[in-house]
Amino acid sequence: MIALLLRDLNLAVRAGGGFGLGLAFFLIVTVLVPFGVGPEGAILSTIAPGILWVGALLACLLSLDRIFALDFEDGSLDLLATAPIPLEGVVAMKAAAHWFTTGLPLTLAAPVLGLLLNLDGAGYGWLVASLALGTPALSMIGTFGAALTVGLKRGGLLLSLLVLPLYVPTLIFGAETVKRGADGMATGTALMMLGAITLAASALLPFAAAAAIRINLR
Amino acid sequence: MRYPMEMIVSDLACARGGVPVLEGVSFTLAAGQALLLRGPNGIGKTTLLRTLAGLQPALAGQVSVPPETMAYAAHADGLKATLTVTENLQFWARIFGQRGIDRALEDFNLTDLAGRAAQNLSAGQKRRLGLARLLVTGRPIWVLDEPTVSLDVASVALFGAAVRRHLDGGGAALIATHIDLGFPAGQLDVTPFRAQPRGLDHFDEAFA
Amino acid sequence: MSLWEYANPQKFMQTSSVLLPFVSVLTAVCLVVGLVWGFFLTPEAANFGSTVKIIYVHVPSAMMAINAWVMMLVTSLIWLIRRHHVSALAARAAAPIGLTMTVIALITGAIWGEPMWGTYWAWDPRLTSFLILFLFYLGYIALWEAIENPDAAADLTSVLCIVGSVFALLSRYAVNFWNQGLHQGATLSLDKEENISDVYWLPLVICIAGFVLLFVTLVLVRTRTEIRARRIKALVARERMG
Repeated sequence: MIALLLRDLNLAVRAGGGFGLGLAFFLIVTVLVPFGVGPEGAILSTIAPGILWVGALLACLLSLDRIFALDFEDGSLDLLATAPIPLEGVVAMKAAAHWFTTGLPLTLAAPVLGLLLNLDGAGYGWLVASLALGTPALSMIGTFGAALTVGLKRGGLLLSLLVLPLYVPTLIFGAETVKRGADGMATGTALMMLGAITLAASALLPFAAAAAIRINLR
Repeated sequence: MRYPMEMIVSDLACARGGVPVLEGVSFTLAAGQALLLRGPNGIGKTTLLRTLAGLQPALAGQVSVPPETMAYAAHADGLKATLTVTENLQFWARIFGQRGIDRALEDFNLTDLAGRAAQNLSAGQKRRLGLARLLVTGRPIWVLDEPTVSLDVASVALFGAAVRRHLDGGGAALIATHIDLGFPAGQLDVTPFRAQPRGLDHFDEAFA
Repeated sequence: MSLWEYANPQKFMQTSSVLLPFVSVLTAVCLVVGLVWGFFLTPEAANFGSTVKIIYVHVPSAMMAINAWVMMLVTSLIWLIRRHHVSALAARAAAPIGLTMTVIALITGAIWGEPMWGTYWAWDPRLTSFLILFLFYLGYIALWEAIENPDAAADLTSVLCIVGSVFALLSRYAVNFWNQGLHQGATLSLDKEENISDVYWLPLVICIAGFVLLFVTLVLVRTRTEIRARRIKALVARERMG
């Protein structure tokens, strides 16, 4: 299974755009917001937690349809389904690869973008913590959505429609953590819920996603 | 091979897109044997092979085969364009828990191409790489769907030799093909197994 | 004689054709009695004015919006476990009805909210939850429409329905955490002695019964349509096979 993870990371590096695209998109969204709402620091620092989380979420969404689509087209998915490793493991590794190529870079880049949006000093730690805890859930939920739409010719838009409502709790707890952290309030509950969502999603969704892939392959 | 194996298919029925295409398919494939599936296009050979490989459920009947003994290869080779020949093979070897890809490279005359990225291979070379993948799975029963597409005469001979060596080693092969592969093999024409539409009386629960 | 016999499409078509006229008439009676009684024969509430009367549409439609999803969840599970086609088709039939109920609840809520709270929309937990439910219905219906193979579509939408239910519940909790709202508590509940005065209570219960019956009628009609559409598809496929 580690071989699969390494291959996917290798492919992402070689194809280019694997790491860069989501990150660039995150940057552009964050840079565009001040043009839309105006340059006042007070307003920006109020909306910074929300913008950063929504931006990270959209950047995650961007690369979801490629998780299984390429493997489906070139027949790898058929072969993986007949391989000795369980399809649930394949799904989990795919989600992990997606997180390494999008969630992790986003988490690391977020503080810089927080600076652009005038985020309160107390918020930076919570921003990184909440993204580090929350983005794995985004990858896992997105992988489930990608598994549902893998056989479809034009699955991209449908994928967004399916996945975005599922992202609501993660977004709420993530942005709330940063907001409360920046205001100097207690963040325990929100951060714990975020961790709970990530753990539960990684434990349960691989089974649902693998079931969806089996249905799509037949 | 390491364990005795035999594939017994009895009274198998399979469907494509919810419509039954073949029914009552029965045959036995023992170690050291090869069986060529024949039949016109669209009769359901691919559907049958996918059902046997476990990619889709059978409508009826049974496939009795020891677990994890089948290696499936279809029209798509499952190659990654940016990886080299060696990397592609090594990946599949590791997925199937095997090591050593040199024999596979030699058998399909790929040693000279080992460092080349798959996107720079010709269609026939890609096909050879896809077939070499079978050797690194270490599995005894090969289930192949049109393996010789885009292969030239020399490559077909290479493939034939590889299959014969596999059979001599106690393996087995089930191959859907239209051409003569140059080794002794049983033939199974699936045309007689074409599914007959059932009477309209049964036309309720399954809508078929 | 088992309950599952009714899951056979032929049996379902027979039974539902017998049931439909009765259910339809009962629906019409309940809705007419409940709505007329509610709109014209109840006094105006002291602090709400006549706007209170929208409750006779708002509350039942909101209840059915949630109940329709629960029904889809149950029928999806039945399909996944017992592979009865009627069950899957009933889930498919219920989705647009649930979506419509959600929209009705949102619109009547907005109309009621304007005079009461001075705004058509507020990001209140209940309102927000219904908006999220609306999105779930959209995704579910879109997935049904997108997949060609009917059995695969039934399987995948069932999986989505189960996973979606968990996330819908989670969203409800998350939204509560995010914002405590304006919306009053449940209008009817079993553990409280009295929620609204008796004058309004009886017509409201009749209206709710009417909406439940309306849902049943529409699901029956739509499931019959889905079964027929599915038959036609299967017949066309047979023709193509020759």
